[in-house]
Amino acid sequence: MAEHLLNAEGLNCPLPILKAKKMLKTVPAGEILKIRSTDPGSVADFAAFCNQTGNELVSSSSEGDIYLFEIKRT
Amino acid sequence: MLDADLSNAKSMSIIVTKGSLDWAYPPFILATTAAAMDVEVSMFFTFYGLPLLKKELDMKLTTLGNPAMEMPMAGMHVKMPNMVSMIPGVDRAATTMMKNLMKKKGVASIEDLREASVELDIRMIACQMTLDLFEYDKKDMIDGIEIGGAATWVEIATKSDINLFI
Repeated sequence: MAEHLLNAEGLNCPLPILKAKKMLKTVPAGEILKIRSTDPGSVADFAAFCNQTGNELVSSSSEGDIYLFEIKRT
Repeated sequence: MLDADLSNAKSMSIIVTKGSLDWAYPPFILATTAAAMDVEVSMFFTFYGLPLLKKELDMKLTTLGNPAMEMPMAGMHVKMPNMVSMIPGVDRAATTMMKNLMKKKGVASIEDLREASVELDIRMIACQMTLDLFEYDKKDMIDGIEIGGAATWVEIATKSDINLFI
């Protein structure tokens, strides 16, 4: 299983969401897209994005100023 | 594309009436985000919002009638008095300052958001009356748009879950 990683560091709303959506299209169902972001707003926004689209937010965490998300494509 | 009544997909329409650099953001941000969240989006461009469909975008910012405008400068916020807009070059400087600030903060350009709108299959409708009124030609506008009138929007709006006027 190839790793799917999106580096959205330095990008502001709504770019992390738009780029994640674009990249999710290339991720096979059941596989996980990992996202790195520096936008504090992306914490609430990726949760809302997953609620609305039905993709699963497997994890949401932070390391210093970096926010990390794992989204499983459904 | 517009089969909202046949599926469970949510839908949204936005009437876009303003074309300044700052006011161009809310409709394009909301439209692209909603489309990324599987919402079917239609945008209806009318009056001063219509130039946002031109191939060559040239949006400006004005301090005039914008008393809440404050720009961050050297760790402070500088108020932009309405009056300064009268001075030649001030609005141009404010526009440049805003564009630089947006670039620095990783905010997408309107050009990028509009390109994303096309990629996300957002339905973009140009108001026929405004085209006539301000003497625009459809060939000055980007490809892939539709032309329509008030009734076109009303039909879309009656089937949409969310309708916004910006």
